Amino acid sequence: MTQTIKSISQPKLSLNILTPEEVKQIHTTTLDVIESVGVRFPSQKALDILEAHDAQVDRVSMIARIPGHIVEEYLAMMPPTYTLAACDRGLDLPLDGKYSHLGTDGCGVEILDAFNGMLRRSTKQDVMDVARVADYLEGIAFHWVPISAQDCPPQSRSLHELQAIWQVSKKHVQTESVVTEKEARAAVEMAALLAGGREALRRRPLLSIMQCTTSPLAQDGGSLEAGLVAAEAGLPVGYMTMASSGSTGPITLAGNLVVGNAEVISALVLMQMAYPGCPVYYAAAQTITDLRTGAYTGGGPEDYLFGAATNVISDFYNIPLSMGAYATGAKEPDWQAAVDNSLSAFMAVSTLSDMLLGAGLLHGSRIFSYDELLLDCEIWSILHSMFQGIVVNEETLAFDTIQKVGPGGNFLGQKHTRQYMRQRWQPTLMDRRPYEQWNAKKDGARQWAREKAQHILSDYHPEPLEPGLLKELDKIISHIEKDE
Amino acid sequence: MSNELFTQLTNSLVDGDPDATVEFTRQALAAGIEPMTIIREGLMPGMNTVGDKFSCGEYFLPDLIIAADGMKQAMELLEPELKVRNQSVESLGTVILGTVKGDIHEIGKSLVATMLSANGFKVFDLGVNVPNELFLAKIKETGATILGMSALLTTTMTVQRDIINELKEAGLRAQVKVIVGGAPVTHSWAEEIGADGYAEDAIGAVQLAKQLVSQ
Repeated sequence: MTQTIKSISQPKLSLNILTPEEVKQIHTTTLDVIESVGVRFPSQKALDILEAHDAQVDRVSMIARIPGHIVEEYLAMMPPTYTLAACDRGLDLPLDGKYSHLGTDGCGVEILDAFNGMLRRSTKQDVMDVARVADYLEGIAFHWVPISAQDCPPQSRSLHELQAIWQVSKKHVQTESVVTEKEARAAVEMAALLAGGREALRRRPLLSIMQCTTSPLAQDGGSLEAGLVAAEAGLPVGYMTMASSGSTGPITLAGNLVVGNAEVISALVLMQMAYPGCPVYYAAAQTITDLRTGAYTGGGPEDYLFGAATNVISDFYNIPLSMGAYATGAKEPDWQAAVDNSLSAFMAVSTLSDMLLGAGLLHGSRIFSYDELLLDCEIWSILHSMFQGIVVNEETLAFDTIQKVGPGGNFLGQKHTRQYMRQRWQPTLMDRRPYEQWNAKKDGARQWAREKAQHILSDYHPEPLEPGLLKELDKIISHIEKDE
Repeated sequence: MSNELFTQLTNSLVDGDPDATVEFTRQALAAGIEPMTIIREGLMPGMNTVGDKFSCGEYFLPDLIIAADGMKQAMELLEPELKVRNQSVESLGTVILGTVKGDIHEIGKSLVATMLSANGFKVFDLGVNVPNELFLAKIKETGATILGMSALLTTTMTVQRDIINELKEAGLRAQVKVIVGGAPVTHSWAEEIGADGYAEDAIGAVQLAKQLVSQ
């Protein structure tokens, strides 16, 4: 079966959210923060690299202050475009600023069972099942590790997760759960095995790495060291800020962008200092803090604004962006989830964010729901249609057909209608039935999404990974587990 | 004259002006007012008003935190005066808090520390990446009745279970009520590992702590 991926490209709609002057101000303020306030890099390795490249480093506080001109020097080395490769070339994803690709979200800790609807802790089997459904869905261009394989040992968990996804899918994998140097080395080894060697992997990276910063203004030591290992191997590496306006970032939105920006670009600069020209990307999932509880909200007008604004900033740096969109704070696939996911995804695509994370999770990226995954893909399908915009030309203006139909006529039986009708969007989950048909069953999107997921799980069985390769992956994982 | 000062103290907390709280506390001490009276007539009414406004949705966390900061600074001035008079403000209990080994996330945990202090608990916040031994040592040293552990990663969450087991081995399990928190932590995880409670946010943690010490 030839798979196709439905990404959004050549949008006819766009959004103006930040002027070039405003972006420049965000950038210069960021440089001031990095130079005078500094960013914490809790890794001696990272501090060594920064110091060797003229950053001012305090070994006790582990805070590095990097002069602005040095930051800009290394930012200029970041390659503007590259491709996220897949095990099947037909599934490659160009990151050339012309596409928005949708991925699954991660990394949840619980899952709503597809068949009995129960909420339970996630396992490796769940990772595999979710990846299999994601492989089937044309809206999903790449995988994130959707949920944590909590039945696997902590030290090798992220590797089990990769293995689980690779067993059922040839789409690109971007992992956010490889957060130590040791795991990163093993992950590179595993990816190289699938790619056909280290050089092949560098040319066609079928794995990319995503790391989180620790807002405000700090990195995670393991994340830095894992990133460096990945960068050395030529895997695209991104650093994600989740600065939360009001608690881990300023309550004012521009300030929150600045704090996150300082975290992200300082980490990317470190990558460039270590491996000039290595492929990197901006990643972000800024949000607003709930002012009553201090909690992560995962949705709201501010979130949607960040979703559009961040790609304008990453465009300024001329690098791809992996943007936290979707990822509702709702606990069920309900009205709130629909509002959050529609608006956040729309905003992220409106400025053509290269990668969108991600479909399928509820409750602030903690609970995986098959229903939500399917519903999110329907939203994607709607956006795909919307962003084609309104095409105006002689054919679409349809003067001849209008003349033929005339006043009081009907366009349904027209050749013109038949010729172009398949350009119109067709729902799979949105309910357009007559009232009584609905009233007889009172079912709808959620039930259909659930049934669709169940069918995919029962009937869709992609070509499995070659047993020899699977065994080799097992060996790498066992090696890590024996080491502890 | 002292009534006016008490009003000013109360307002400084309600208006979120810790510098003013400190200043008026100094003035009250200089005027010879008893520290217990300053607390009862000036500071507690302010904290209660802030608490009430928060409950009805008029005030938000930053209002609580800033008021708690003002209260803390005022108490730092008053503690020595209380000690000299052989008096003390009764605490609801001693709490040891920390983020477990391997984990450096602490904002939620720090918020819990602030809220518990502001609500009458004596809190020792051990910070982040806390070695298991340190938790146990501090519990022994202080005779604490509550241990609160935070973890933000599924890979560090398991340490919460380890520590509960170590408490049992050290014969300390009966002394402390154990509460757990952090984004990946759930009610069922807390039950599974034998914790005494789980709260989803700082306000919940305060309610839980009050409930546990009254048992």
